[in-house]
Amino acid sequence: MTPAVTADETRQVLDVDGVSVRLAGRPILDEVRFAIEPGEFVGLIGANGAGKTTLLRVILGLQAATAGSVRIGGKPAAHARGLVGYVPQKIQLDPDMPVRARDLVALGLDGNKLGIPLPSRGKRKLVDEMLAAVDALRFADERVGNLSGGEQQRVMIAHALISKPRLLLLDEPLANLDIRSAQEIIELLSKRFAKQQQVSVLISAHEMNPLLPVLDRIVYLAAGRAATGTTEEVIREDVLSSLYGHHVDVLNMHGRILVVAHTDEGFQVLAGDDRAAEPGHPDHSRTGMQA
Amino acid sequence: MTVFAPGFFASSPVHVALVIGGISAVVCGLVGTFTVLRGQSYAGHALGDLAVTGGSASFLANVSPLWGFAGIGVIAAGIMDMIGIRRPRGRDLATGIVRGAGLGLAALFLYWDTTSSSTTGVSITILFGSMFTTSTSVVPVVLAFGLPAVAIVAILFRPLLLSSVSPELAAVRGVRVRLTGLACLLAIALAVSLSAITVGAILSTALLIGPAAIALRVTNTPGRAMVTAALVGLGATWIGIVLAYDSFYWPPSHDGWPVSFFIVALIFFSFLVSQLFGRRPGRVIRAEG
Repeated sequence: MTPAVTADETRQVLDVDGVSVRLAGRPILDEVRFAIEPGEFVGLIGANGAGKTTLLRVILGLQAATAGSVRIGGKPAAHARGLVGYVPQKIQLDPDMPVRARDLVALGLDGNKLGIPLPSRGKRKLVDEMLAAVDALRFADERVGNLSGGEQQRVMIAHALISKPRLLLLDEPLANLDIRSAQEIIELLSKRFAKQQQVSVLISAHEMNPLLPVLDRIVYLAAGRAATGTTEEVIREDVLSSLYGHHVDVLNMHGRILVVAHTDEGFQVLAGDDRAAEPGHPDHSRTGMQA
Repeated sequence: MTVFAPGFFASSPVHVALVIGGISAVVCGLVGTFTVLRGQSYAGHALGDLAVTGGSASFLANVSPLWGFAGIGVIAAGIMDMIGIRRPRGRDLATGIVRGAGLGLAALFLYWDTTSSSTTGVSITILFGSMFTTSTSVVPVVLAFGLPAVAIVAILFRPLLLSSVSPELAAVRGVRVRLTGLACLLAIALAVSLSAITVGAILSTALLIGPAAIALRVTNTPGRAMVTAALVGLGATWIGIVLAYDSFYWPPSHDGWPVSFFIVALIFFSFLVSQLFGRRPGRVIRAEG
């Protein structure tokens, strides 16, 4: 009975199949495997240095995989450019740069085209609609460099989505946002774009707690290896202990989930806290909690 | 002080100066906007310094200094790209190394120039411009260098803008970021060579960066900034030429002040005015809601 399998495969917007990456002989990603279906809101969770950005770069075709393959909408990643929207971790726009929010969104439509852009009513309407969809119309004519972090993220999301991709990748979009702005961005992505418009979203974060209530699935990265499934399937002591290669505890502190390892110096928070770090860097993560 | 001193519009050197200076100012304004936008002002400055090398070499070879300015600029742009001008930290390093090597050569060439021709006029021409002594035959060369430079920034307008915001974002959209950056650097090199013949190699960044910096201050979109920069540069250059011509009647010696002084001074004061009175790029205060 193959039809069920093929139907499943064609439904997949993203299929990451056994991707490994070695840079300068050092393993960065090791046999990472997961798939995303239309409208799914998936968190790529891991500490800084766990390989999140590398994985996103492989999916975007900016980084070659040493082994394995990435298919987007059934096509190899290199031939699927139009299907993916991307919000990078940081952009270079200080207030002196005369680039308005609407200019940046318009570049999402035709930023790779040659020649001087001619003003067109149809394009302006598309840009206005996209700005409205992310509640950014009220600062459409301001320089992007003058906007707050949350406002800039809305503009970047509009830039990424105006070409109507099926998959949206975001690299740490919540870093440096205050709690309220982060919640607004999460709600916008999960409700309006994932659930209503069936855009698949893969969002990377080192702090998973604000995302946990809305994530359909988690790709949890540690030292280049991935555990995937629903939150209940992944955020468990046995699954994460085997992923990290040593025992970890999953603590629920008043609804906030912490992944904690026991070290010689006390406890080390591996995930669930802004100070979470990869093992081997205890200086970043001394929490003061003693056994 | 007389404005339009007798003979201004009849003077042939003035005609040539108005044409060459005008074309150079417009090209520099259009290209300079992207130089500032992309944070490559230091690269532009280094290309200006290197124009001294090219200019002094062209005197040894007995050709117009414009060929030397442009030739060395294109070579230097290629080397800077090779060393790694794309990486933020590699950028200053690549620029600094190429600039240092070029200035060393310039010292040698200028020495040969002055010892072989036994005049100091050569150095003055290279360092501070030669608009009034340039022959009409250079005008087609000015156009031949200016038009490709403008074509590059016009054709690559959107890819350049997008890769200035984020090289990764541009790469994801299929922009060939490195090639685009190299093309932009070539346009900067050509614009600097025109600037060098107008206000001199030493001052060439002033015409490239100054009008662009003013325009970025007072306009809100990249396109308007380019047009404004071209107009500001053109205004400063033409008014500078008028003042230089008038200055033949000025003290101390009644043989005229250098035109590059006037142009650069006008640009500098316009910049100060734009900083003091121009539209602050600060945030418009809005009602929350």
